Amino acid sequence: MTDKTVALPGHAGFIKNNLRNYGMLLSLFAIMLFFQVMTDGTLLQPLNLTNLVLQNSYIVIMALGMLLIIVTGHIDLSVGSIAGFVGAVAAVLMVRYHIAYPLAFIACLLVGALIGAAQGYWVAYFKIPSFIVTLAGMLVFKGLALAILAGQSVGPFPPTFQKLSSGFIPELFPGAGTLYLTSLLIGAVLAVALVYTSAKSRARQASHGIEVEPFGFFVAKSAVLFAVIVFFAGLIASHRGLPNVLVIMTALIALYGFVTTRTVIGRHIYAIGGNARAASLSGIKTERLTFLTFVNMGVLAALAGLVFAARLNTATPKAGAGFELDVIAACFIGGASAYGGVGKVGGAVIGAMIMGVMNNGMSILGIGIDYQQVIKGLVLLGAVCLDVYNQRR
Amino acid sequence: MTAILEMRGVSKSFAGVQALRDVNFTVEAGQIHALVGENGAGKSTLMKVLSGVYPDGDYEGSIIFDGEERRFRDVNDSEALGIIIIHQELALVPLMSIAENIFLSHPPSRLGVIDRDTVYRRTQELLAQVGLTEMPDTLVTDLGVGKQQLVEIAKALSKRVRLLILDEPTASLNENDSAALLDRLLAFRAQGIASILISHKLSEVARVADRITVLRDGRTVDSIDCRAEPVEEDRIIRSMVNRDLAHRFPQRTATIGAPVFAVQDWTVHHPLHRDRRVIKGVDFEVRRGEVVGIAGLMGAGRTEFAMSLFGRAWGERISGRIWLDGREVNLTSVAAAIDAGLAYVTEDRKELGLILDADVRKNITLASLGRVARQGRIDDMSELRVASEYRNRMRIRCSDVYQVTGQLSGGNQQKVVLSKWLMTDPKVLILDEPTRGIDVGAKYEIYCIINELAEAGKGVVMISSEMPELLGVCDRICVMNDGAFVGEFAAAEATQERIMRAIMRNKEIDKKVLQGDLRP
Repeated sequence: MTDKTVALPGHAGFIKNNLRNYGMLLSLFAIMLFFQVMTDGTLLQPLNLTNLVLQNSYIVIMALGMLLIIVTGHIDLSVGSIAGFVGAVAAVLMVRYHIAYPLAFIACLLVGALIGAAQGYWVAYFKIPSFIVTLAGMLVFKGLALAILAGQSVGPFPPTFQKLSSGFIPELFPGAGTLYLTSLLIGAVLAVALVYTSAKSRARQASHGIEVEPFGFFVAKSAVLFAVIVFFAGLIASHRGLPNVLVIMTALIALYGFVTTRTVIGRHIYAIGGNARAASLSGIKTERLTFLTFVNMGVLAALAGLVFAARLNTATPKAGAGFELDVIAACFIGGASAYGGVGKVGGAVIGAMIMGVMNNGMSILGIGIDYQQVIKGLVLLGAVCLDVYNQRR
Repeated sequence: MTAILEMRGVSKSFAGVQALRDVNFTVEAGQIHALVGENGAGKSTLMKVLSGVYPDGDYEGSIIFDGEERRFRDVNDSEALGIIIIHQELALVPLMSIAENIFLSHPPSRLGVIDRDTVYRRTQELLAQVGLTEMPDTLVTDLGVGKQQLVEIAKALSKRVRLLILDEPTASLNENDSAALLDRLLAFRAQGIASILISHKLSEVARVADRITVLRDGRTVDSIDCRAEPVEEDRIIRSMVNRDLAHRFPQRTATIGAPVFAVQDWTVHHPLHRDRRVIKGVDFEVRRGEVVGIAGLMGAGRTEFAMSLFGRAWGERISGRIWLDGREVNLTSVAAAIDAGLAYVTEDRKELGLILDADVRKNITLASLGRVARQGRIDDMSELRVASEYRNRMRIRCSDVYQVTGQLSGGNQQKVVLSKWLMTDPKVLILDEPTRGIDVGAKYEIYCIINELAEAGKGVVMISSEMPELLGVCDRICVMNDGAFVGEFAAAEATQERIMRAIMRNKEIDKKVLQGDLRP
């Protein structure tokens, strides 16, 4: 077959699509710049940047699962309660019964999977609206967390478990003074790898006759990407290096990005959200997949609960309250559609970061929790309005 | 006679695609003006310009209504002048009553409280005008599609209509309901209401239209004054597609082989009323290279039969046996049916066939992603290659395979659905109303594809409500009525009359059973 017969994405469409993708990223940078100026540079101080990552890791982790749920056309209101409940279970297992950390860790993830399965069963096979099922779950697990903690905070956790959140990757080249060389190197390697793969994919597309972005644009984009990653890696490296949780988070983002864009199962999930009946008549097992997205959400909520508990070093009955709102907001700010079928992992992550930077920046500025919520609400509404407006054009 | 509407030199383009080029279109007062053309010819776009969906400034040219140039900012502006458009997809709220639907936007009210007596009385008057005897508080969901269409017209009448635009009003109506609807148009003409009728059914157009305008590729190519000259279907079709359709159906010499698909004693119950038998112990067979038609009226059980075969996608308490290629199979899921070599092209492509928001490529590969994936990972280059191949082979008109499917015309959407099923490489294809709502040219292409499939040795089952189509395409026609086959004809001996008689004879028996004259 000749090059000519291969479909070319229209030039205008290409630029438009990419503008939409980068639009989100540009908003994030604009917000960061704003707070960087307003806080006299506190926002991007190495210590604060590390804190920013730690504070938002659990939101990002849950946003990955929530994105899949929203893409299938559902919602999960119970994630905050599940996270809190699993944190409580972890505390009971490790603090009260002294069960070894790895064993307790796995048990907690299983508990999350079970909870997700229980909720997913009603949603997928009994066709009960997810809003109702997970609203019930939200109450149930909030109550159960309170019950098994007997209304008290339980802690502290064993130090090995705390490392999940407060630990940093080991330094292989000590003696570089204040700079954590390993972290910087990992950042640089990651940047090179990303640029390399995008160059490879560009070349591959070009060899199939697909129109690719102009070379100059590509070089500029790659240079910016490289610079930004190395810059942040440098900042992180000048504090205490890469936090463990950032490594986990990055791996999960890469995994879910891959699953949603490149795999059969990912495509099927989007098909369910796009048109469930057409998907099912095309041989897609819509019920089973919907069920599995809830199981997946349960596991990720459990992981988030563990990360959060490890960070606080204690399990409190109130842990997780309101997380679901930040997580859902992150997905919608990131361009997911409430009608299902549309949404990207990258978008959800950027959405979570926008929420995180705003939380952090406003706290540094001393804005009270009251107006913080008002502003966050307006940003959510504004972002979705902008997205709807863009789609109409 | 004076012109009530004149559209002069109207042009409109979308992102580089010219949808309308310098169209001139005139409707005389009290005239029924039919607008025909292939899907994508620009009929709907022209009507959207007229009704203000595309506001002034979005198009070139001018609209003169009642002797004055008009610049509509939105639909309200055109409605205020009495230009009312009834879209193909009805805009009724199913769980509201007829009266509530008719007076949905501006119910007669006093101080914001709805005046129910007036609503009720006015609704009765309006229903009488469109020939409906239903009570105004009947829920719309309890009406058939034909009556819903009439309610939609009654709604238009409630708004002092001067020019009524109907976009394929009879597409989903049976013959009786269509005839009733067309009679209404004639009655309105007598009252001085002009209508624009968009339709693919040339026999209807010939029956009621005073003038027929043909659009092709966004231009007016022909305009026939039906009172001055005879209406020749061939001339209209020729102008529509610019190709002489001496044969509306492509020829094929059938080479029929061994049975590829056989069904025995197939019984299906209704999913909600589990005691009701919908398909009643049916036997059915398709041979290799054979095209078998299933004729019948709406509600005869044809779609239910097909969907229950297709991995039990419809119905409860299903029993019976299926052989594919001589091997007995037990198809308990759609995936199993696809694997066994069965494909079912759904009747309703928008609701059941396509993901309209997804691009052409994703729709084509949806049912057979495994063919372009390795270990669950999609090879996007091979996916693109396959999708492009189908795009060329089926001549899907789209800017590229990344175009969103919802933007394509009906005929091209149908080709996308067909591509999806051809990619699963089926042995047997069941096509449920494959040419519904698509234009003459696209229909011809679909028939050609059906012929190619039969020639490639596949078994093809075609469910259709258009009898000429069944007669033109099929080797054998089975007639279904009330969940059972009531007649079967070889192509040579089948005629519309005989098929209809097979259906009616059965209906009469039913009637006698009900009246107690005959024991079943």
